[in-house]
Amino acid sequence: MIDNRECLPEGRGRQERPVFRARGLTRLYQLGEVEIVALRGVDLDLYEGEFVVILGPSGGGKSTLLNILGGLDAPTSGEVVFREHRLTGASEAELTRYRREHVGFVFQFYNLVPSLTALENVALVTEIAERPMGAEEALRMVGLEDRMDHFPAQLSGGEQQRVAIARAIVKRPDVLLCDEPTGALDYSTGKLVLEVLERVNQELGATTVIITHNASIAAMADQVIRISSGEIVEIGHNKNKIRPADLEW
Amino acid sequence: MSILHRKLWRDLLHLRGQVAAIMVMVACGAMSYVALRTTWLALQESQQNYYSAYRFGDLFVGLKRAPESVREQVASIAGVEAVQSRIVTEVSMSVPRLNEPAAGRLISLESGSRGELNRIHLVSGQRPAVGPADEVVVSEAFAKANKLGNGDRISVVINGKWRLLRIVGIALSPEYIYEIRPGDLLPDPQRFGILWMNREVLESIFDLGGAFNEMSIALAPGADPAVVTDRLDTLLKRYGGFGAYDRDEQPSHRFISNELDELRVFCTWIPAIFLLVTAFLLHVVLSRLVLTQRDQIGVLKAFGFENRTIGIHYLLLSLVAVGGGILPGLGLGYLWGRSLAELYSEFFHFPVLYYRLDPSVMGLATLICGSAAVIGALGAVRSAVSIPTAEAMRPEPPTNFRPGLVERLGLQRWFPLSLRIILRNIERTPVRSGLTVLGLSLAVAVLFIGIYFYDAIGHIVRVEFSLMRREDLTLYFHKPVSPAASDDLSRLDGVLRVEGFRVVPVWLVNGVHRKRVAIMGLELEGELRQVIDLRETVHQLPPEGVILTERLAEMLGVGRGASLRVEVLEGERAVRKVRVTGLVEDMMGLNAYMEIGALSRLMGDGGALSGTHLLLDPHRRDQLYRKFKETPGVKGLVIPEVMLDNFNRTLARTFDSSTLTTIFLAGILAFGLAYNAARIALSERGRELASLRVLGFTHGEVAEMLLGEQALLTLSAIAPGYLIGYGLCQLITRVIDTELLRLPLVLTPKTFVYSAAIVTLASLLSALLIRRRLMRLDIIEVLKTRE
Repeated sequence: MIDNRECLPEGRGRQERPVFRARGLTRLYQLGEVEIVALRGVDLDLYEGEFVVILGPSGGGKSTLLNILGGLDAPTSGEVVFREHRLTGASEAELTRYRREHVGFVFQFYNLVPSLTALENVALVTEIAERPMGAEEALRMVGLEDRMDHFPAQLSGGEQQRVAIARAIVKRPDVLLCDEPTGALDYSTGKLVLEVLERVNQELGATTVIITHNASIAAMADQVIRISSGEIVEIGHNKNKIRPADLEW
Repeated sequence: MSILHRKLWRDLLHLRGQVAAIMVMVACGAMSYVALRTTWLALQESQQNYYSAYRFGDLFVGLKRAPESVREQVASIAGVEAVQSRIVTEVSMSVPRLNEPAAGRLISLESGSRGELNRIHLVSGQRPAVGPADEVVVSEAFAKANKLGNGDRISVVINGKWRLLRIVGIALSPEYIYEIRPGDLLPDPQRFGILWMNREVLESIFDLGGAFNEMSIALAPGADPAVVTDRLDTLLKRYGGFGAYDRDEQPSHRFISNELDELRVFCTWIPAIFLLVTAFLLHVVLSRLVLTQRDQIGVLKAFGFENRTIGIHYLLLSLVAVGGGILPGLGLGYLWGRSLAELYSEFFHFPVLYYRLDPSVMGLATLICGSAAVIGALGAVRSAVSIPTAEAMRPEPPTNFRPGLVERLGLQRWFPLSLRIILRNIERTPVRSGLTVLGLSLAVAVLFIGIYFYDAIGHIVRVEFSLMRREDLTLYFHKPVSPAASDDLSRLDGVLRVEGFRVVPVWLVNGVHRKRVAIMGLELEGELRQVIDLRETVHQLPPEGVILTERLAEMLGVGRGASLRVEVLEGERAVRKVRVTGLVEDMMGLNAYMEIGALSRLMGDGGALSGTHLLLDPHRRDQLYRKFKETPGVKGLVIPEVMLDNFNRTLARTFDSSTLTTIFLAGILAFGLAYNAARIALSERGRELASLRVLGFTHGEVAEMLLGEQALLTLSAIAPGYLIGYGLCQLITRVIDTELLRLPLVLTPKTFVYSAAIVTLASLLSALLIRRRLMRLDIIEVLKTRE
């Protein structure tokens, strides 16, 4: 079970309570004889329903941060708390359960199960989720109701990514973590995928975190975190968000 | 070391699990080939050398009595190279330390010379000297079993009189490499042995001065045995010839030949299965490797490496994997072969067993394994060479799944998603999955046959010893005696039941088909010995006519109701007709049964007994044995219980070890195939499985999706495995359908359960290994890269 001894202080309003609270996150990798610092002392608060873009160059540490938030990796030191659950120090089984119950993942290369159709890829997750929506409903949300019986190899990159988004949201996740979701897509398909992500964020209210090296995307976020060489160099909030359709890059 | 070679070693290290599976497969193939082939060669060579050095005869014929001058006549028949005349007689013996009487076959030796044919090999001592009438040479197996040595004395009843003989030599003979009493199921060296004495002594005992009763003939090269046999039979008719027979009907030769044939079949098929599987595994592993190394191949080509160099690189990988298995295979094969040959030398008595490591066997084994390596690597090498450079550097295209049979039939909605994944992965690689299933089926089949064989032998032994031979003792008389002897025996203290029987040696003739057999006459109400078929059904003896075993009826070309000519080979040599009134599916030998009264009527005498089956009071058994031992009229006795003990002590051990070997080999086969299937699937689907782990699927759920495929392949191999096994068992029963033995096709639930269970277990074991690997799968690492 997730350790919930570390509850947040009483008295703070629900709206202000962060979904993720990270303090002093440091992640070191031993690569042969060289020690690589992927994150050094990162502090972070992400709030309910926020649309967050983490920006940074390749190798800047943003994937490591996402992996730690998603329970795939653990920091060398520091602490991450998801709502009232401490992720740091949780066991493998506890982290699996955390991902299963709370997190939706979207990958750069979609990572669909090639032997399952679009509908089945989505339905697969409903089998292990507690209160999922219907797989068809999820596909409808990403505009793929006509392609449900196609296998991944029969879909374009953008369509595959939308199936991946449908698969991520079908469990009604509390957080949606997207690793370069437009990285492998062309301009217009990329924008289409971002529109879907925005809509999902608004309709489901899931905290959405996108990591990207494409600075133009930052304009659609509530919160923009710039990360470089393992450190947060800037945290900004957009007063006037731009719709994905109006983004240019 | 060139960089490519360094890559070779690293690739081998990376693929160590699968490379190890291939090595073990090659080792098993090489081992079984070397072991069985060298054993076969050793037996074959020992037999041939023995036969030619000691001049084993080509034709044999018994007769009543013929003057020595007939020898010259026989020698002048075209095609006859050498003739040996001799005196052969059945005797009974009283051996120190043995309660019951033993039976023996006494054969004359040419005094002062080694003789023309069927020479004996002295293991110790010497041949009987000319002159002393009490010197005898005994066969080694008999001497060993009774702990007899030179200088020991045994009492022998020769022509109805006790004689005390002194053992002067221990010998072997090419006629008795497998020393078994005619008509017996198994050797009993303690109670049956061969004796040799000087011919003059036997001539004087039997009053056969200048005459003989058996002949052995060596044929000139190219002579037609059938023609010589015909001439011989015509010539010997007036001397009471029993009809000549060739080596195929000589019990020892026939037995060894059967064994050699079986060995030859095994030493072809077992290695063939392993090497085909090796080639298949290599093909799968290397094809996968080439696919994952497409970009590397592209880079190498872009840098100007020639296709030849790249091709050789992958071929070398295959050769190294195979080479690593050959050496231990050859070594283990030598050791196994040597112990097999040692085992054989317990049953087959050769002066020398020429077991050696034939370089040509080694060379051929290496060559065959090497070919498997090349054949296995061929497809992968070709695809490595033929990838265009530019295309090679692009990532492997996504796995192309399209709606398959299940979707077209609309069946998918009945299957859970995890099963759909499994089914579609199998459907996408039909050839590979098919071959894996075939390989696993072969493993099931090999086990099926092994267990069947074990059961069949067990069944024969059970039917033979607990159903057919219910007597405690069979007593043979020297000459047919009056039925009154039966009453005399039943009056003995401790004899509970007596049933007389009569055995009449005859030729059964139907047109051109003739077969020399013994008609067994049994009591109608007999309980100790009945006619029982392999389904354990008791056949009532008909009041008239003869019951034949099916095999005998086939050989004679007759069916129920047909009439046969009977040429009796004893007494007045009467020729009669008899009707076939029944057929019985028997396991052992060529038998003909009649009701004893009907047999007497056929023979036209008042009835006589060749021996009796007895039921004894266990407490008086030893006392009775001693009594029979002192009775000159008793030729010998057979104790089924002792025979069974002998079987359990010797042959049963052989069957145990060969069954264990079969289980071991089939287990390895199944393990290697299942492991490879799962390992390849893991390599192909690692990324997919890691993604599922990220999505929150547990280790167990992911393992199920991966190993379910392997489980399904294993399960679907069971039914075809049964079918192949059953077919091969049928084939075996047809191949091992000798005059000596017909294997019953008895299949017990055990055969089905064990053959499936062992393969499933091997598959499960490999699944555990793969599962451990799956647990260690680094999900972040897998997600970072595109393959």
